[in-house]
Amino acid sequence: MAWLKKLSGAVIVLGGAAAAAGWALSAPVRFDAGAIAQLGPGDAAKGKRIFYAGGCTSCHSKPGAQGDARLQLAGGLELKTPFGTFVPPNISQDRKDGIGAWSEEDFANAMLKGVSPSGEHLYPAFPYASYARMKPADIADLYAFMKTLPAVAGKAPDHKLSFPFTIRRGIGLWKLLYLSPEPVIALPDGTPDKVLAGRYLVEGPGHCGECHTPRDFAAGVKKGEWLAGSVAAEGTGVVPNITPDGKSIKDWSEADIANYLETGFTPDFDSVGGAMVEVQKNMAQLTADDRAAIAAYLKAVPPHPNGYPAHKPAS
Amino acid sequence: MRKLVLAISMLAFAGSAAFADPIQERQALMKERGKLAGQLSKVVKGEEDFDAGAVLTTLKALQANAEKFDAEKLFPAGSDQGDTTAAPKIWEDMAGFKAAEDKFLANTKEAVASPPGDVDGLKAQLNTLGGDCGACHQSYRIKKG
Ligand code: HEC
Ligand code: HEC
Ligand code: HEC
Repeated sequence: MAWLKKLSGAVIVLGGAAAAAGWALSAPVRFDAGAIAQLGPGDAAKGKRIFYAGGCTSCHSKPGAQGDARLQLAGGLELKTPFGTFVPPNISQDRKDGIGAWSEEDFANAMLKGVSPSGEHLYPAFPYASYARMKPADIADLYAFMKTLPAVAGKAPDHKLSFPFTIRRGIGLWKLLYLSPEPVIALPDGTPDKVLAGRYLVEGPGHCGECHTPRDFAAGVKKGEWLAGSVAAEGTGVVPNITPDGKSIKDWSEADIANYLETGFTPDFDSVGGAMVEVQKNMAQLTADDRAAIAAYLKAVPPHPNGYPAHKPAS
Repeated sequence: MRKLVLAISMLAFAGSAAFADPIQERQALMKERGKLAGQLSKVVKGEEDFDAGAVLTTLKALQANAEKFDAEKLFPAGSDQGDTTAAPKIWEDMAGFKAAEDKFLANTKEAVASPPGDVDGLKAQLNTLGGDCGACHQSYRIKKG
């Protein structure tokens, strides 16, 4: 993924900076006890919705998994970058190889703070920079739902990163710059609930901005070009602009957007492709209200020109 | 004047008889695929009434479209360049690409062999067929902006 490439570069820069700016600043921050008390007992039925909104299975099931196998979160997918390969780990309920032994608090620290139970920083290839905007109650529900999923034995392979990307401590400074629970788009008072619900789903669990927004020098999402589209993973393709100025989406109604998320068909009956196929499969599991809310929010975000260069057909 | 008219009609004839360009030809087949899927989708969404005969005709047209789709011929080496959204992966993994098309063809045949009796049946079939579109577009197509 192109942004992962940048991310790796950023890890170098920030790794060095971490050394200079001080070890203390880059220390992992866990939750305090008060915030944990807010979590409360989760509801597994509600957590299923969050699981699909969050797209956990797209990264954590075995590559190519279909049907029920999508609930076996053994990891193993390869997120390739020229600097190395990130491999999403086993997050099934296996106590040894997965996260079956994790407490709710451990889970919340990973999702909202990007910190592992042993107190290390997690790589932001795990999109916690978006998940950090999630409500504690939704994290609790998600935790309860994940408890109902099968335990699958077997560790996923390690990331194949080269020095200095192997140093997790550098991520601490990246977090100071980019980790915030605040919404990206400030909406005025009186904004309809539907749009607010859509903002939450898109900016938080849906992590749409991780792919659809261009990144800066340090691989942080450029909030000033939110959802303007970006050069895609493979380097050749693009992830389209989905602000109201996006080439296709500007002619789509809210119902068209919701239908695309449900069925994968565009209004002119092209079919969803690329990395969006997995996302759409997850969106199809949400309620019609959730999809309508996402569509309403996409119509309400500030329009931007494309966050990627114009295509010049090679000939 | 007459010459001009003649020239235009010959051009039009040439256009409909055969595409010189495999890129245009495959895109035309895909567009037709989209149109047919769109007709089925209108029925599923309740914008049009369920008419078993009309639905079967559309499914047959989808099967015919899939049968016409000769991957080797439509995706000759070098046709990843130009105004196309075909991904380079097609030429790296022609076997996988063909398998994705074969799956789509097999599912159109199955749909024609056991046509849906009501909207729910059609919805399930369109889900399967739409899944085939997405599965192929996921790996073998890229947007270029
Ligand atoms: C874009 C891919 C991606 C998505 C989507 C994703 N993850 Fe991950 N996840 C990763 C990667 C990569 C890691 C490894 C991070 C590291 O090693 O620092 C990870 C790590 C984790 C960890 C830490 C596991 C451990 O053993 O330390 C947990 C827990 C986790 N993910 C849960 C989730 C949940 C729950 C969701 C859905 C809400 C989710 N992930 C969605 C890529 C992803
Ligand atoms: C076996 C692979 C495969 C399957 C199955 C498939 N497509 Fe495609 N489709 C492609 C490829 C490759 C392209 C890009 C063609 C190009 O631009 O050269 C494409 C392009 C398209 C386009 C854009 C055409 C244009 O004008 O540029 C539409 C619309 C489309 N497909 C619809 C569909 C629909 C609807 C289905 C299912 C009913 C489907 N496709 C199934 C491979 C597939
Ligand atoms: C893993 C990366 C990724 C994530 C996460 C992602 N998208 Fe996408 N999205 C894409 C790609 C790639 C495409 C282009 C699809 C294609 O080639 O047909 C796309 C296309 C779209 C389109 C169609 C735009 C067009 O011009 O065709 C919409 C709408 C969309 N995404 C909305 C969303 C929403 C809403 C979310 C969050 C719930 C989301 N996406 C999350 C990668 C992603």
